[in-house]
Amino acid sequence: MKARVTVTLKSGILDPQGKAIEGALKSLGVDGVASVRQGKVFDIELSGSDKAKAEAALKDAADKLLANTVIENYRVEVLS
Amino acid sequence: MKSAVLVFPGINRERDMARALRLASGHEPAMVWHAETSLPKGTDLVVVPGGFSYGDYLRCGAIAARAPVMDAVRGFAKGGGLVLGVCNGFQILCESGLLPGVLMRNARLKFICRDVHLRVERSDTPFTRGYNAGQVIRVPIAHGEGNYEADEETLKRLEGEGRVLYRYSSAEGAIDERSNVNGASHAIAGIVNDKGNVLGMMPHPENHVEDIMGCTDGRGLFAGLVAHLQRAA
Repeated sequence: MKARVTVTLKSGILDPQGKAIEGALKSLGVDGVASVRQGKVFDIELSGSDKAKAEAALKDAADKLLANTVIENYRVEVLS
Repeated sequence: MKSAVLVFPGINRERDMARALRLASGHEPAMVWHAETSLPKGTDLVVVPGGFSYGDYLRCGAIAARAPVMDAVRGFAKGGGLVLGVCNGFQILCESGLLPGVLMRNARLKFICRDVHLRVERSDTPFTRGYNAGQVIRVPIAHGEGNYEADEETLKRLEGEGRVLYRYSSAEGAIDERSNVNGASHAIAGIVNDKGNVLGMMPHPENHVEDIMGCTDGRGLFAGLVAHLQRAA
């Protein structure tokens, strides 16, 4: 099974990297960019075929390591 | 003072730290590998040194914070043992839940390697008793992610309980935007946990302890710890 965990900064948390990317996009002349927030994507391959089990394991992974829940939110998706 | 210095892959300040501890206490610190599950018997102080554990992969300190030895450190801290984390060590202590908050990318995005001034906020703690309250010391920093952030409630609690021990300041001790080199909330350079036995700080006091280093302002921190433990013994 393939899965994806997406980690993003909580709203209100300052994101200096996102700000720098936003500035770079503006200086490249990319139109209509109001703001940029940077995050992380983890593509994870799982053994087994139980979707509920996979979701529980991914949540466990995100809580224990992939995200720092003080500043980050995460989303878990089992893709196939 | 029997100290234990933790060693993780990618750490690079452990020998500077060991030297400073040896000079202050006269005892050779134990170097403790991250895979250990216990600390040497009779340890008075655990130090998490600076560097780039696991190459700062994922988040600074995130992987080191989950190493086997950290369970032993958590138990040691719970029992009231003294823990000092410097630079990457501060990041590791935050990631491990021993200290609140998080160290974010420096506000102006640059890695900063230079001397800074710190105002010592109080002198009645094991980590500051070698100084006077309000004293300004000069110590080096070397980090890209030292911008301390925590939610409003946590910051309020840290301030209300007097848990901010070191703050970035001017040479005169003024707290202003210019001196707050990495943009940390409330110009925080070092904080302790609620029991006051775990300190995390971004600056490197261990690099200002000998005349040859051009400054010895960092000595007070180590001398204070030695004095505290002698008094407790």
